[in-house]
Parts: sequence; structure tokens; C-alpha cells
Amino acid sequence: MDTINLSNKIDWEFIEQVKEESGQNPSLCYQCGNCTAGCPYTNYFDYPVSMVMRLLQAGQKDTILNSKAIWLCATCETCTTRCPCEIDVAHIMDTLRIIARREGKVSEKDIKLFYDSFLDSVKQFGRIYEVGTLLMYNLRSGHFLADADLGPKVLTRGKIHFFPTKIKGSDKVAQIFERFQKKAKRHG
Amino acid sequence: MRVGVFICHCGNNIAGTVDVARVAAEMRKLPGVVYATNYMYTCSEPGQEEIKQAIRKEGLDRIVVAACSPRMHENTFRKTIEKAGLNRYFLEMANIREHISWIGEDKELNTNKAIEAVKMAVAKVMNNKPLYSSSFKVNKRVLVIGGGVAGMQAALDCADGGLDVVLVEKSPSIGGMMSRLDKTFPTIDCSICILGPKMVDVVQHEKIKLYAYSEIDEIKGYVGNYQIKIRKKATYVDWSKCTGCGACMEKCPTRNAYDHFNFGVATTRAINIPFPQAIPKKAKIDPEFCRQFTKGKCGVCAKICPTGAINYEMKDEIVAEDVGAIIVATGYGLFDLDKFPEYGAGRYPDVITGIQYERILNASGPTSGHILRPSDQTEPKTVVFVSCAGSRDKSLGVPYCSNFCCMYIAKQAILTKDHIPDSQSYVFYMDIRSNGKGYDEFTRRAQEEYGAKYIRGRVAKIYPKGKKMVVRGADTLLGTQVEVEADLVVLATAVISAPGAAGMAEKLHISYDTFGFYVESHPKLRPVETNTSGVYLAGACQGPKDIPASVGQGSAAASKVLSLFSKDMLESDPAIAQVNINACVGCLKCVKTCPFQAIKEEVLRNGRKVAKVIETVCAGCGVCTSTCPCGAIQLQHFTDNQLLAEVNAICQS
Repeated sequence: MDTINLSNKIDWEFIEQVKEESGQNPSLCYQCGNCTAGCPYTNYFDYPVSMVMRLLQAGQKDTILNSKAIWLCATCETCTTRCPCEIDVAHIMDTLRIIARREGKVSEKDIKLFYDSFLDSVKQFGRIYEVGTLLMYNLRSGHFLADADLGPKVLTRGKIHFFPTKIKGSDKVAQIFERFQKKAKRHG
Repeated sequence: MRVGVFICHCGNNIAGTVDVARVAAEMRKLPGVVYATNYMYTCSEPGQEEIKQAIRKEGLDRIVVAACSPRMHENTFRKTIEKAGLNRYFLEMANIREHISWIGEDKELNTNKAIEAVKMAVAKVMNNKPLYSSSFKVNKRVLVIGGGVAGMQAALDCADGGLDVVLVEKSPSIGGMMSRLDKTFPTIDCSICILGPKMVDVVQHEKIKLYAYSEIDEIKGYVGNYQIKIRKKATYVDWSKCTGCGACMEKCPTRNAYDHFNFGVATTRAINIPFPQAIPKKAKIDPEFCRQFTKGKCGVCAKICPTGAINYEMKDEIVAEDVGAIIVATGYGLFDLDKFPEYGAGRYPDVITGIQYERILNASGPTSGHILRPSDQTEPKTVVFVSCAGSRDKSLGVPYCSNFCCMYIAKQAILTKDHIPDSQSYVFYMDIRSNGKGYDEFTRRAQEEYGAKYIRGRVAKIYPKGKKMVVRGADTLLGTQVEVEADLVVLATAVISAPGAAGMAEKLHISYDTFGFYVESHPKLRPVETNTSGVYLAGACQGPKDIPASVGQGSAAASKVLSLFSKDMLESDPAIAQVNINACVGCLKCVKTCPFQAIKEEVLRNGRKVAKVIETVCAGCGVCTSTCPCGAIQLQHFTDNQLLAEVNAICQS
């Protein structure tokens, strides 16, 4: 690993930004590792979650925003539940994803695409339309046949349906998206 | 009236940001002030000499010192003017350091503020009255609450110093937590072997009166004269007849009584003697489990007892004792396993607490010192220790460090290797806190010589897998998750305040913190005193503490009591509340609000009810003065007139 020059390589602004957007104080973390100890996905992470917290304390913006870990996090919130310092770690991971996306630094493109497909579906139907979401994701990501073998199994058991079901008030859900878009525009 | 004002530079502390010469010059303009000067260090010997000289030469009769907080030097200057022949209450201090020079940077503003502060002090001192303390007799007996190692040390030191000691212990035997331990760190000497002789000394000391299995019911009075009511809990065994032979315990048919002494590692009989070295070595019945009490018939112990000591009709007994001082040594409590759902919350028999493991290691424990795991009584080969189980965990309400777990875990890891040479210990830790003498070497020895594997990280969960317990945690230094398949898991559960600590504090009128630990008078300079005079602290009731620190505090508290009792009479502080009986309407609101029970009702000869302040109890807090609807009760040295004079001094100029 390269030497990190702490005199000029701590991005204080980034720390403040995360603090403000997540409402969490990274200084509370004393690096006990309980988040990593409980994390079900840590095997797939390039940086375990306790190290993401440490990188954040050290203001290592580029390393964090380019990491796979923040995208592989499933927001199961085990870290948040276990944190003895009462930091909402999952919220910080979420904030990091938002910042990464805003800055166009998405290290796991497919995951971002999946999120997009999921949200598009919710926006359109007021709830998730599984088949549509999957098709959309597969088309966008180029993994045309991903999980296709599972289709017949779940379809025949009635777990998912061919045609979308709209919920009552789906227009209201769409309004949520609109409101959010407007707000996002206002805040740049 | 001739007032003298002395402005201190305190080196640069005050003079750096306050124009002291200008303050002095301004003071000279005030009516009544005949002398004002500034000096480098007023508290120094020449500084004090200057005050004395000025009193003589200028005929001063009131003195104002503008310097640091009165908490620092009020007493110094009171003595100074007393030596020069003035009443000590003719001194006022204006705090121009902590309140002004240290907190503001603008010299102009600071100087103006300092002028106002000193003006207030001048106005106050001109209204001061001479006060004289009265003296009262001291009852030279001391009550020690708690018979753990701290309380025992305090009791022994007081008794050796010639005082009569009343020692009250809640459980059936003295000895406390230390009597449960196997070995002690960092010397690995046997705990009961060093404690046992002390316990014997306590019970044999002619100056110590021991009340075991007793609790404090009521505390009344004040320093020098406390009236205590002690509740001797019913043991259902006449201790004057019981010889401690143990025949009852052997024959008792109830075998599943909870064993408080062993923290539930084993069960005991409904009639029991807690442990072989117990002092007093007497039996007592747990009515919760005894068949005579639960089912109404049995009586085996009564039949078997060779001295006929069993008495099922026994009731709690209240005993009164009068003492002059109290040492509180009520010790600590421990977190329960049920606080840890992710560690099984007590459902897995092979996940135990540190103190339970201590009992398993102990030669006089339920396994006779053989390490056998609770589930199947086999020898564990892999033992995992989890430190900070609850400690330093804000989410569980324990943000503090439990102080001694790092050390006892290292000790238990060493002892495990000693008992089972082919065993392997793992220690999950966050930080190793071993800052006592020889402590760090000890934790290093656990790793270097005894091969304990220290893993830096917390444990997220523990779950059973066959006969093993899987401990999953993190190794933050490796940056990975790690798993250990353990035979036995020991949790270093958090130290909390003793059960009932808050209630006891309220009886004693001492303060306690958010966590129930008692608050000392000053964290550095008055570590065993409380803010209630005559009440002292020793041991872990004040905060988690290991044996050497507890013993040290026990001795310290004893020395405080001995020095308090070195005089036959105590002087009371005259700055206390005083009732003007002509103005008092007898509403007695003050009686209700007084936090020290220092005010009582008095019936005058003409039958009128008025409030009366018990001089020796009043702490001078002033709550009564703000409660009194007719201004009849006044705090001496802080009367309404004196305070209003201060207000006028800055508002009317």
C-alpha cells in the first residue's frame, strides 16, 4: 500500500459532506469491528465495512467512492443494529452510494442498473413488477439470460406473475418520484 | 467602614487580559474604599503579608480580594485576615480569573467587567456580618456499609486506629466479590488465601461489630451524630446456636436452590452456608426454595440440627446504632447474560460470564477447580474470551470501561493453560487496557508464554454447532471475519453499579451518576469524600476498580474518618440558614424542600409553630431561602440584603 500523506491527503470536505448528508458522525467509530463481524457480505467486499468507516475517518474520498464494498452492501442493517456507538452504518453506506453516483464513480455498474430498473418499475406500477424489472435489468446490463432458468420455477409456483399488477394509488407513488426529482434538481 | 481592595495579577493569568492598575484606580473612587492596590501574586506569602500590613496601617475592617475562584483561595485569605484580627467573614472574593480573564480576549471589555465584579464584591463586603462557628460533640464510632475487600480494609484500619466499627454486610458472609475469585492478577496468588486472614481479623477484632445478612433501613442525623437503623434479615437459623457444622445442608432435600455465591454455576440447598471459608460460618434458609415455606411441610433441618438452631418463625429484626461517620463500600454489580441476544442471551450453557468461570476455576468451587464446561461436564480444549461484553457500549447504556476485565481475562487465559496444557485460548479484544504496575507485562505473558491468541475485534454472534459453540467475530487487523469453534465461551460482562445503589445514595444523601456510581467530592483532590460531610466512599461503588485500588481507597477512607475523629468537637460552618421566628408563619414549606432534612418544626412557648434549622445538618445550599414565602429564613453570609447590594452595585451605576 502507498503511504498516505495525512497532512495533505485527508479530504476534510468529504468527511463533512458525508456527515451532513447522512446525519451520522464518523468520529464516533472506535473501530471495534462489530460491523464487519456481523456483515453477511463481507467476503465479497474489497474493503470490510469497518475499514470503509476508517477510510471515511481518514477522508480517503477516492478510495471509498471507487470501492466495490459500498455497492455490494445489501443494506441489511446488521452493522447498524450491532454498532455499540449507535452509528447508522447502513445509512452511511447509502450516502456513499449516492455521492458516488452523483460524481459518476459507480464501480459496480450492474448494481446501479438493477436499482434503476427496480425503481422504474415501482414508479410505473406503484409496486414492483418482477418480470419487467428483470427483463429491463437484463437488457440494460447485457446479461440477457441471467437467472432465466429460475423463471419457470417461480412462475409455476405463483411467486411472480407475467403481467404487472397495478396498486391503488400508483399515481401517488409516481408523484413521490416526481417530487424527489424536483427536489434533486433544486439542490443541484 | 474602611474597605481595602487587593487586585491580583496572577502572573499573566489575569494581568494579561485585564488592566489591573485601572481596576484598582477605579476602586479607589468608591465610597468606603480607603485602600486599593494590585499585586503580582496576592496568594504568595509577601502578598498575604501586604494585606496584613494594610489592615494594620490603614485600619481596614473589610477586605476584597479580586483574584481566582474562591474555591481556590478563599480559605487562604480568610486565614490571612483572621491573623490580622478581622472576622473571617469580612472577606469577599471577586473571581476575575475564571469568570473574566480566562474567558475573554478583549482587554478593554475584560477590564470593564472586572471593575463591575469588584464593585459587587465591595458592596457585598460592606453588608457582611461577623459570623462565628459553633462546635458540637462527635460520636467516635464509624459505620462501614459493605463487607467486601474495600469495606473490610476500611473497617480494620478504623478499628486498628482505636475506633468502634459497625460493619454491615448484605449477604450472609463478608468477603464480597474477591472471596469468589480463584487467583488474583498480576501475581497469580490465591485470592481467598490472602483475603481469608483479613476476614478472620475482621470477625475477631474486638472493635468491630459485624452485622452479616443485614441491610441499612434508615439513616438519620449528620456528621458526628448519625442514627442508623439496621435490618437484620431473617435467616431462620439462630446464629447464636449454629455451629456451622453443615449437617442441615447435607440433609436438606431441596437441591435446586439458586447458588448466589457461585453465580448460578451450580445449585445449592435451601439451607446453606455459602462457602467453606464463610465468615460468619452460619447457615441460612432461602424461603424461596425451602419446602417448609413453599409447601408447608418438611422440617428436616430442624430435626437434624444438633443444637436446635432452626427457627422457621424468625422475623426480620431492626437494630439501632449511633455513629459519627459512614464509609460506603457497597461494591458493584455485573451485567446479565440476557443483555446479549446475539450471544444466546443465556440459552447456551457453555456461554458463561467471567465471574462464573472464576468459580469453575476455583478449587473451592462447584467443580473443585477442574475446568469442566457446564453442558456436559467435559474439559474444554478451546476457550474463547470476549472482552467488553457490554462495556464501552453506548447502545447498552454502558459507555465506560469496566477497568479490570482485560486483566482478569489474561489471568483466566493463563490459568486455563495451566489447568489444561493442551488447551488453546482466544481473546477477542478492542484495546488492551493494562496500565497498573506489572499489568502490561502480565497481558504480554498471556500471549508470549501461554500462547493465548489475541484477536483485535468484536464478536458479532455465537451459535451452537454440534457440541461446539461457533464464535464469529472480526479481526480488524486482518480486515476479515473470523470464526472459532469453541468448547467454552467466557464473556467479560460489564461492571455496573450494585443493585440498589441509587436507593442507598438517597438514604445517605450523596450524589450518584447516570450509571448509579457514587460521586466523589473532587475527582482528583477529594477522591474518597462525598459532598455530604461525614460520608466517605471506598471501592467499586464509586466506579469499577480492581483489588489494589479498592484496598487503597478503603485505607484512604479510614484515614479520613480517623482525622475527622481526631478532634472531640467539630466546628460547624456558620454560613447556614437561620430563621427569623418573628417573621416565620410556620408554613414549613422549608421542611419539605430541604434536601438534607436540616429543618424541623419547633413549637414556641406560646404554642406557635415555627421552623428551626439544625445547625450541624444544614449544608448552606439556600433552597429554603428561595422557598420561604415571607423571607423569614435567610442564609447567613448570603442574605437577601447582601445579594441585593451586589445587584444594586452594578445596576444603579
